[in-house]
Amino acid sequence: MSENEKVEVHLRKSDLVNTWWRSTFLQASWNYERMQNVGWAFSLIPGIRRLYKSKEDRAAAMKRHLEFFNTHPYVASPILGVELAMEEQRANGAPINDEAMNGVKVGMMGPLAGVGDPIFWGTMRPVLGAFAAGMAQGGSVMGPIIFFVVWNLIRMLFLWYTQQLGYKEGTNITQDLGGGAMQKITTGASILGMFIMGVLVPRWTTMNFPVVMSKVKVQDGAAADIPALAKSINGGDVSASQIAKVVTQIQDEQSLTAYKVTTLQDTLDDLLPGLAPLLLMFIVLWLLRKRVSAITIIFGLFIVGILAYAFGIMA
Amino acid sequence: MISAFFVVLFAFLAGMDGILDQFQFHQPLVAATLIGLANGHLTEGIILGGTLQMLALGWMNIGAAVAPDAALASTVSAYLVTGPAQVSVDTGMAIAIPLAVAGQVLTIGVRTITVALAHIVDKQAEKGNLRSIEAIHWTALALQGLRIAIPVIVVMAVGAGPVNTALNAIPDVITKGLAVAGGFIVVVGYAMVINMMATAELWPFFFLGFALSAVSELNLIAMGMIGLVLALIYLQLSPRFNGGSGNGGGSNGSNGDPIDAILDNY
Repeated sequence: MSENEKVEVHLRKSDLVNTWWRSTFLQASWNYERMQNVGWAFSLIPGIRRLYKSKEDRAAAMKRHLEFFNTHPYVASPILGVELAMEEQRANGAPINDEAMNGVKVGMMGPLAGVGDPIFWGTMRPVLGAFAAGMAQGGSVMGPIIFFVVWNLIRMLFLWYTQQLGYKEGTNITQDLGGGAMQKITTGASILGMFIMGVLVPRWTTMNFPVVMSKVKVQDGAAADIPALAKSINGGDVSASQIAKVVTQIQDEQSLTAYKVTTLQDTLDDLLPGLAPLLLMFIVLWLLRKRVSAITIIFGLFIVGILAYAFGIMA
Repeated sequence: MISAFFVVLFAFLAGMDGILDQFQFHQPLVAATLIGLANGHLTEGIILGGTLQMLALGWMNIGAAVAPDAALASTVSAYLVTGPAQVSVDTGMAIAIPLAVAGQVLTIGVRTITVALAHIVDKQAEKGNLRSIEAIHWTALALQGLRIAIPVIVVMAVGAGPVNTALNAIPDVITKGLAVAGGFIVVVGYAMVINMMATAELWPFFFLGFALSAVSELNLIAMGMIGLVLALIYLQLSPRFNGGSGNGGGSNGSNGDPIDAILDNY
């Protein structure tokens, strides 16, 4: 076969779509040795099939793509795009060796994971999840539907467009991503995430300390005259004016009982609403930073809950 | 029988997505809703899903670390709440925690088994055998699905009677105590998210959110708007993102307009 008969091979759109769909299953073979390596190679198979026809070439391609790989599962897409572009050039004779391909892969996976984790796991899922869970707790089917549809729409578009970006930009993408845009998005998302976490900590944490701090007899005339009303009702001689008088007293915010009971919870609320959840959050955060596992903390808190209930400190 | 089939199917989906983390079939909100639907108790499933979702907000797999497993927790718990056993949502939430640990242990097991599968993949790769590589990849995925489907089938086989007997045998102080703990255990999830994101730069936004949360008229959508506006303002004003350009007067004028527009709409 002469030189000019050699045809260039190119990836087709269908190959790119195929890789996009396969990248959904990136983590299926996640293993403790090389983590996402099999899923990575699996995602590139459509391109490998198109570009290399001989068993030897395909075996060599698979071998170089079965090295260690691990990143956030969504941001693997731009890296897949870059590597597809590199494979295409290589198949057409460009001098790209295994080391270069592996270098690009490893060089991109760390920084991109640092972007994907806070954006998707740290901000988008908690914020969208919290919003939808709030609806769901009221029994609304729109909660789970919104969560599922919005999440998957964003995810699928993200996987496709970043893969296309990687494929078109090739190795230039490393400079693009190194620029301010990516850092801006991460910072912006993190601000939203931290702000919402600040809202959720006191709002959705239930801690009630019913321990009685003080029990004071209400001054004469400061309590609504409910006992007299009850007596009249039972005696059958209740009058309209008597009811109106009690209602007026209640509207004037007079006490409903003869004693004013202040619980520990009332005191805490007077001090700062949500103080107890905030303190608990910082204790847990401190434990997490001390490398105590989340599950240990959860079990510890369960024991705290049981003890606190048993001794009547919490309800 | 049909409902049993769908329960197992949804459990299988949850198990697969527990490792993939793509469609979110493993998230309580989705998994519990689907299982509730299969059992004909949709509303209970949704409510349980919402409750468990709050708990699992911060459960995420980062790097090689494995989070508590939302898939097993939400499927088995949802089956007990919406299935024949008719357990209360509170109890469902309490038993979800040990299930999340059990699921975590199971996925660690499967992730270890897949090391062996990865070695088979290496052998097939040497032969250029792309089809078997694909087949092994799907097998690994099916194992992750079975990791959830099999425990669910076991619970179904045991039946409502023994499950209820076992749950009723738990003393009152434990179940009530667990319900109390369930109220504040969500903090762990929030702390996990905060632990990942917190920097000195971001803490003020947390405390701003905390202070504003006492204003109960501001619902989550309003809070989301405020958070977004704060982020936009911060990015526009922070010298880190417009270093060099530094023409204070001019940029301030143009900054005002979009923020005003957002505030007017709000």
